[in-house]
Amino acid sequence: MSARSRELFGLLPVTLLVTAGFTAVLITRSSQTGKVTITYGLFFLGCCLFAHIFIRARLPNADPYLFPLGALLAAFGLVMIYRIDPKLARQQAEWFVVGLVLFCATIVFLRDYRVLERYRYTIALASIGLLLLPRVPGIGGATNGAYLAIHVGSLQFQPAEFAKIGIVIFLASYLRETRDVLVRGRIPRISLKHFGPLLLVWGLAMLMLIFIRDLGSSIMFFGAFLAILYVATGRISFIVVGLAMFVLGAIFFANHVPHVHERVQIWLHPFRPDLVESSGYQIAQALFAQADGGLFGRGFGLSLLQLPVAGGHTVTILPAAHTDTIYAVITNELGLFGAAALILVYLLFVARGFKTALMAHDGFSKLLAAGLASVVALQVFVIVGGVTRVIPLTGVTLPLVSYGGSSILANFVVLALLLMISNEARRVHTERGGVV
Amino acid sequence: MNRQITHLFGVVLVLFTLLVVFTSRWTVFEAKSLQNQTANRRPLLEQLQIPRGYIYADDGTVLAKNIRSGHGPTLRYSRTYPTNELFSHTVGYSFISHGSAGLEKEYNDQLAGSANEFSSIIDQLSGQKRVGNDLHTTLDPAAQRLALQLLAGRPGSVVALDPRNGAVRVMASVPNYNPNNVPSQFKQLNTDKAAPLFNRATQGGYPPGSTMKVVTATAAIDSGRYTPNSIVSGKSPKILGGVPLSNCCTEGSGNYGPLSLTEALAKSVNTVWGEVGEKLGKQTMFKYMQRFGFDSRPKLDLPTDELGVSGVYGSKGQLLGPSDAIDIARVAIGQERLRVSPLQMAEVAAAGANGGKLMKPRLVDRVESPDGRTVDSRGPAELQTVMKASTAQQVTAMMEQVVKAGTATAAQIPGVTVAGKTGTAEVANGTANQAWFIAFAPVPNPRVAIAVTVERTQGEGGTVAAPIAKQIIQQLLKGNG
Repeated sequence: MSARSRELFGLLPVTLLVTAGFTAVLITRSSQTGKVTITYGLFFLGCCLFAHIFIRARLPNADPYLFPLGALLAAFGLVMIYRIDPKLARQQAEWFVVGLVLFCATIVFLRDYRVLERYRYTIALASIGLLLLPRVPGIGGATNGAYLAIHVGSLQFQPAEFAKIGIVIFLASYLRETRDVLVRGRIPRISLKHFGPLLLVWGLAMLMLIFIRDLGSSIMFFGAFLAILYVATGRISFIVVGLAMFVLGAIFFANHVPHVHERVQIWLHPFRPDLVESSGYQIAQALFAQADGGLFGRGFGLSLLQLPVAGGHTVTILPAAHTDTIYAVITNELGLFGAAALILVYLLFVARGFKTALMAHDGFSKLLAAGLASVVALQVFVIVGGVTRVIPLTGVTLPLVSYGGSSILANFVVLALLLMISNEARRVHTERGGVV
Repeated sequence: MNRQITHLFGVVLVLFTLLVVFTSRWTVFEAKSLQNQTANRRPLLEQLQIPRGYIYADDGTVLAKNIRSGHGPTLRYSRTYPTNELFSHTVGYSFISHGSAGLEKEYNDQLAGSANEFSSIIDQLSGQKRVGNDLHTTLDPAAQRLALQLLAGRPGSVVALDPRNGAVRVMASVPNYNPNNVPSQFKQLNTDKAAPLFNRATQGGYPPGSTMKVVTATAAIDSGRYTPNSIVSGKSPKILGGVPLSNCCTEGSGNYGPLSLTEALAKSVNTVWGEVGEKLGKQTMFKYMQRFGFDSRPKLDLPTDELGVSGVYGSKGQLLGPSDAIDIARVAIGQERLRVSPLQMAEVAAAGANGGKLMKPRLVDRVESPDGRTVDSRGPAELQTVMKASTAQQVTAMMEQVVKAGTATAAQIPGVTVAGKTGTAEVANGTANQAWFIAFAPVPNPRVAIAVTVERTQGEGGTVAAPIAKQIIQQLLKGNG
């Protein structure tokens, strides 16, 4: 079977999930059954089919599983968001279409992704600029104490989602060129030349802690940096020093930036009586929701998120259910097994990313693919780890599943880049007679 | 670089495993403790989505049912009480905003259908929704209504049991409240000086007055120290417990010659029973009191915080025992900081009525699943043997005389032999009385045991409480084979 036929075949589970998911949500809302929702599902599948045909035409050799896995995640997200709030699901579906357009545009206009190497400093500066945008008065502002989003009119935008791609491109390109310098000699010499970039990126991560006050993003960026650095140099010593520097810096700022300090306190003592009803409310409620899910969950659409009270008002039980804590809703409704299955889908997605990196022939492609896969993996780890209290909870999205336009768009660009890299790698591979 | 990429994937694998491990931690290993956190409102809210079981009276009258609203995820059930204030204290209430009380609280797990967690998982897998089980109580709405009517708003209580099996037929406490109003008037009900939420039948601590003499008489005869025909001196006053005690002036001069124990009970002669108690001693008196259920929480199926302990209380509110300095002569006639609940006195009557064997009192007869299976049957259970059958017979005969020719002639029922004992304890520095009457009927095979008390009345046990008991006994004997 050709790669593209396998891809088409891989979209079957997505179809099943969309159908089953929407049906389940509809059954629990039997009174609100409407043609509208069925149309959503069909429309979504139509989009996927279109993308598949597009990939067939433009990237015939690309990895056959990446797109179905991405579509599966997006479909799952759409069903969950529909279940949380049908109005948001409509917007998410619209973002999905825009994302698809961006996906196609990336592939069409960036015929050879390797040109990105040439613009690495521009891209790096633009990314840093994006990261600092939320601190710009007028468009930026703090949500729960962290500067993560900008607001233009009614539109909300998380620049970090795009900055993560730009920074990965920069690092892949920079380290491809300097890796030889970094690994020369048995022991890396302590010189500015060696540790300069390390210090710079560390400094950037620390600046993020101060300026946007977000531990999650800073783990994500610094983690991606260490991952690419390790792939490029193969030196554990860099990683150990880098991790130590990050931990020391994080501890320092946890004690000196009040917002970060508070997040750490909530993380350590979410049920402390003075926190559980205030700043610790979200994580405590997320944990309660998971506890309530058990092994099998309560079933699609049966999670308690809001409670109607007198006078037509509602009390929110789980805050930010459609974004930060969507993993808790999933665990609540589908149980440990459903949540583990979701993690497994992410693992497969990341595995295909690494597989692409393994198959790529040039250093830049390898580093870029490994970097993109790592940043997706880290983003999943940061948000799921936050909701499950592995690390302090911070507001990043669950890639492709959480509600959010910028997240969908950015992850479609990631998907497009990975598909382009794999198309190139597998094309060369096939031409040389290798089996893929 | 490929080796590094493989290693990196290994790291991702470890990180993702960590995520699954932590998810398991919350969903499985620490789920129970999280569900018990007070900040966790989910278990409570979920109960709103479960059709809670109904509560029925003995004759099938619905005492508690649900109102359904919304659908799908907005489906909610709320509680309504069709009989309003009729059974306020026993049935209680259950509201998400104000918690629960009474049977609603005691049987919450059954009513919410969560008593059997395993079957509920099976039900979930098979797509069945959790449904609560129904309670079938032993309560008699007609007699209850009559009790409330006869108390006529006077603070007090009526408790009627079936002495043969411990079934509670009537449990009235005035003032009462309408459980349907709890959500809207909770604060007001809770701060009301008349304490309408307080279940006087089980929580009230009243001086029992002369009804206590039934306990003393039982101890006297069962211990073999006296017979009903023992001749005792009825002179007044006597020095008892080191201080003089005289009979009350309501029945003649109160100074009697020699008389039998039976006569002393019928005329409720304080000096005789004080002397009997003193001669029996603290050990014997406490032994019998405890057999009747004093000094321990009643074994009734209501929440423990709604059950008071009857006994002799010290100045700091602690229970006193035989080793404490107690004037046992005054305990024997129902004075000396003796505090009893109407339920306890109904159990005193019931033990004598049932040949000396005290049955465990119970409000719920059986718990039924919605498909009609009996999930939990709480049939008759013997609590303990209080006295010998012969003692029960002799005490019964003595109590018959109280109704026939003593202080309780107001409780006579044509064609039915009633055994009883009045009580009148002075309260509020002697300006008011706590009127009591305990009884059972029909002798020789009693089907009803009853305790009636009215607070702060100017009347006496024989004039205030006995007529109430009489009518309730009549009502209960009518329908009760």
